Amino acid sequence: MTSMAAPAERAPATPGTAQGFEPRLVAFVCTWCTYQAADLAGTTRLPYASNVRIVRVPCTGRLSAEMLLHAFTFGADGVLVSGCHPNDCHYASGNLAARRRWIVFARLLGFLGIPQERVRFAWVSASEGRKWADLVNAVVRDLQEVGPFTDYHHLQRRTAAL
Amino acid sequence: MSRVGVFLCLCGKNIGGTVDVTALGEAARQMLGVAHVEDATYLCSHPGQEQIREAIRTHRLTAAVVAACSPTMHEATFRRAAASVGLNPYLVEMANVREQCSWVHRDVHAATAKAIDLVRMAAARVLRSEPLYPLTVPVTRRALVIGGGIAGMQAALDIAANDQEVVLVERGPSLGGRMAQLSETFPTLDCSQCILTPKTVEVAQNEKVRLLTCAEVESVSGYIGNFQVTVRLRPRYVDAERCTGCGQCEADCPVGKSGMVRSEFEAGLPQSHRSAIYRLFPQAVPNTPVLDPETCLYFQKGTCQVCSRVCPTGAINYDDQPRTETLAVGAIVVATGLEPVSPGIYGEFGGGRYPDVITGLQFERLLSASGPTGGEVRRPSDGRVPQRVVFVQCVGSRDPAKRLPHCSKVCCMATAKHATLYRHKVPGGEAVVFYTDIRSPGKGYEEFVRRAIEEEGALYLRGRVSKVYPEGDHLKVLGADTLSGEPMPLTADLVVLAMGLVASPGARELAQRLGASVDEQGFFTEAHPKLRPLESFVPGIFLAGACQGPKDIPDAVAQASGAAAKVSALLARSEFAREPVIARVEERTCTGCRACIEACPYEAIEEVEVATAKGSRLVAHVTEGKCQGCGVCAGVCRSHSIDLAGFTDQEVAAQIAGASP
Amino acid sequence: MRTGYYPGCSLQGSAAEFDISVRAMAEGLGDELVEVADWSCCGATAAHALSRDLGLALPARNLALARQQGFAEVLAPCAACSNRLQVTASTLAEDARTRDRIEDIVEMPLGQTPRVWNLVQYLQAHGLDALRERVSRPLAGLRLACYYGCLLLRPEKRLGFDDPEQPASMEAVLQALGAEPVEWPLRNECCGGGFTISKPEAVLRLAGALLQDACAHGAQALVAACPMCHANLDMRQRAIERALRRRLRAPVYYLSEVVAWALGVPASRLALGKHLVRTPEPDALVAATAGGT
Repeated sequence: MTSMAAPAERAPATPGTAQGFEPRLVAFVCTWCTYQAADLAGTTRLPYASNVRIVRVPCTGRLSAEMLLHAFTFGADGVLVSGCHPNDCHYASGNLAARRRWIVFARLLGFLGIPQERVRFAWVSASEGRKWADLVNAVVRDLQEVGPFTDYHHLQRRTAAL
Repeated sequence: MSRVGVFLCLCGKNIGGTVDVTALGEAARQMLGVAHVEDATYLCSHPGQEQIREAIRTHRLTAAVVAACSPTMHEATFRRAAASVGLNPYLVEMANVREQCSWVHRDVHAATAKAIDLVRMAAARVLRSEPLYPLTVPVTRRALVIGGGIAGMQAALDIAANDQEVVLVERGPSLGGRMAQLSETFPTLDCSQCILTPKTVEVAQNEKVRLLTCAEVESVSGYIGNFQVTVRLRPRYVDAERCTGCGQCEADCPVGKSGMVRSEFEAGLPQSHRSAIYRLFPQAVPNTPVLDPETCLYFQKGTCQVCSRVCPTGAINYDDQPRTETLAVGAIVVATGLEPVSPGIYGEFGGGRYPDVITGLQFERLLSASGPTGGEVRRPSDGRVPQRVVFVQCVGSRDPAKRLPHCSKVCCMATAKHATLYRHKVPGGEAVVFYTDIRSPGKGYEEFVRRAIEEEGALYLRGRVSKVYPEGDHLKVLGADTLSGEPMPLTADLVVLAMGLVASPGARELAQRLGASVDEQGFFTEAHPKLRPLESFVPGIFLAGACQGPKDIPDAVAQASGAAAKVSALLARSEFAREPVIARVEERTCTGCRACIEACPYEAIEEVEVATAKGSRLVAHVTEGKCQGCGVCAGVCRSHSIDLAGFTDQEVAAQIAGASP
Repeated sequence: MRTGYYPGCSLQGSAAEFDISVRAMAEGLGDELVEVADWSCCGATAAHALSRDLGLALPARNLALARQQGFAEVLAPCAACSNRLQVTASTLAEDARTRDRIEDIVEMPLGQTPRVWNLVQYLQAHGLDALRERVSRPLAGLRLACYYGCLLLRPEKRLGFDDPEQPASMEAVLQALGAEPVEWPLRNECCGGGFTISKPEAVLRLAGALLQDACAHGAQALVAACPMCHANLDMRQRAIERALRRRLRAPVYYLSEVVAWALGVPASRLALGKHLVRTPEPDALVAATAGGT
């Protein structure tokens, strides 16, 4: 069952960030590259903004447009999709399949009223812990400037599972 | 009726020090479907796991969420614990509140709020999970070792010792790798070829090892236990069956006599040359020469053919063709080694420009009795014996500006060895070493360096060199001695640069073919830097030797034996249990559009006919053994007719929704 | 071609002959050099040693002025000026926060700053083939030592137009003019720079080594593209000779003088007489070669 409540207060301000709006960032990352990089950022204790919530999938190719919309429905102000570098996909070409679909999705998302700057794509490999931390910080900063995104929240009441 | 148990691990202070576990527990109790919450200091410990098992039994839990470290650490641990008390292991979900929360966020409020969200996401997800049961796949009981250096050979021999078949693929014409190019090895000063050649002979004679030389891996498909590897074999132009290794062709080749072609084995030393038909070194295994068409007069100009005339057994075959072979193997060991960085990237030292500025490997060839100078240290420019040799360490190592930030691990020892051997061969000569630090951690290593300084009289100066340039017959070396704070300009007869080490050429391309990752310098990435140094990220592909990072011979050998043990464990069984994360088709809604078939990277989906009331139609069908669980099919399906077990649309949607408080 | 011109302070003072020869050279190339109106000091090496903001603001002002005045490219012959202008442009392009602060200080927007060229880059932009075609007095095998010094080539990350350890761009220009540049290892070593005022014995040592090295490798003259280097090699040469107790008499040309002369600009329009070491016209040196030096 999905939550009936409207999104409650934001993540508390992370030290060092500007007071005020704290965006919610949902990150879809692949198990083999970016998830490992996020773990590496942890083992090396690299601090970064706490606004991100990771949803792990085996490969970014697993993702569909509906999943991104679902994220915006349930409180995300921005979405980040990050997988392996081209040619390095654990499943040979899964990340490229994802990349190809996004070109179509970008237009769909625009049509659906989701500004392009709220959806970011990145390639972070397993050894790039620092890159992950920097990426999250950069995306959160950008989202702080763009502001909250509540256009899809009204769908919460009506949305069952996909 | 779902009863989810939530287990919170404090992990000592790792989690408990930053996340308010009490508040987390309270919040968890309110979450939908949660019937029980408890915490522990170390859930992965034996008492911790016992705690989980007891709770599952007592509270009749139907699923579990473990808020702790990363699933890459302990998902298997907790799944096993659940399975042992009858809870399907795929109904256990981890919330990563350590690596991705307490270790990266300092503020207690922020970290706790995030931990609560992560636990809620995991609980929502697990409510949608179904029990899954492992699949078994058959195992091909044969291993592939890529690379015939010391690590590759050691791995092959150890696997063979377990009575398992090995195919060893070596790119060059013979075995030995870098070790064959060394003169002596530190710290014992053993003759390198003397300790190496017995291994090469052993490999060649081992019945379980099939040796393919002049061979490269062209493509790899499949998965652990079931790889298909295509190997491309370059033409040798010499029939190995007929060749007796007499060496007449090599001796009589006019290209060799002209001295026009530098020898790659001699690391490109100006004094070196080889024939167009050659062996890398006299004791090479296999002892069959290879003909290089790029430098052969017959292939380039249609003349000569001296080799075929002098060959007593008619073993020369100019019509030899490349061929490919496909192998079925169950496990792969990568042992492709390393190479020194080119000195040309440091214009200030003049390596590659001034003949008397050479690399450590080239100096090794000068020292070698089988090298171009018969083991005499002579300057490339005029053949004179240098009276002062300056060694410069860290050229192409520890240099972020040149994108070579790593330490190459073996150069401090190699330089101490070079200084020692030079002093042995030229007793009146001066050896000066400019160093940054001395890294000599191995057994007997520190003593070896001290010996070089105290007994052999090498002068060690802590400082870098800013420029090397010719001055008359000599070289001017502008160094520094930072311990005394003085600039140290010296005149040298020969300068030896200890070049940094990177992965062998082609490592990156090979990694792509294997689906493995490499770092910026081309070294293969291990599954975990501390606990899984011998495995790549691809199950069934293991790493041995310097391809994973610069290392010395003992470490390469140890790693090779370790990788071999893992391979043998894998090949010991004829069947292998694998994760049931595979795609499943709902035939009733499948429209037969083929989008999934086109998208699948493993060709694991095909069209099949199913009967309908009016006849038949085509729908998708997944071959379980081939499916690798990437989910690309589920991502492209327009009718949501194919889904990925373990990462279903429902599970992912629930997890996304759970992010919102 | 209409190029912005930033002479900088030394070309108005002690390096006047550099300014004169650059203008003559540009004419010879058919190019119009238009001085950036109201230009001010770039700060050279002093400003950035004192304050990071000052070191960026002084050049930034000039970049903003040049852009305002519609220049797409600016030639700054002095190596220090071109170095500071290029480093500033590059730094502010990648650091938005600093850029905002500097824009506040200079009270002008920076926008897309014009490309700044040192003398060698300017000649490269013209194209060596074009240069070759315009040569009316080839340098006929004259053996010249190209001296780069420090500021033309470094920091590589920001200037990046030639290899800082084994540069070849100036040699290529001189070869296009028919000269035979010599190979000499110290061509990218420091001349002592500003120490000529505060610690002249350092200059005597460093510039002395340069002159000796150039001569030892058969150079008939040196070619410099920086007024400070030229001063240390030319103005200080007598003092160097005394310190070394050795007669050098090595003429030091500015690159612009050699190029202008090869393009046919009459020597009367160059100011070779302003050098302290007697600097004949290049053909006189060539004749000396023919005479069997």
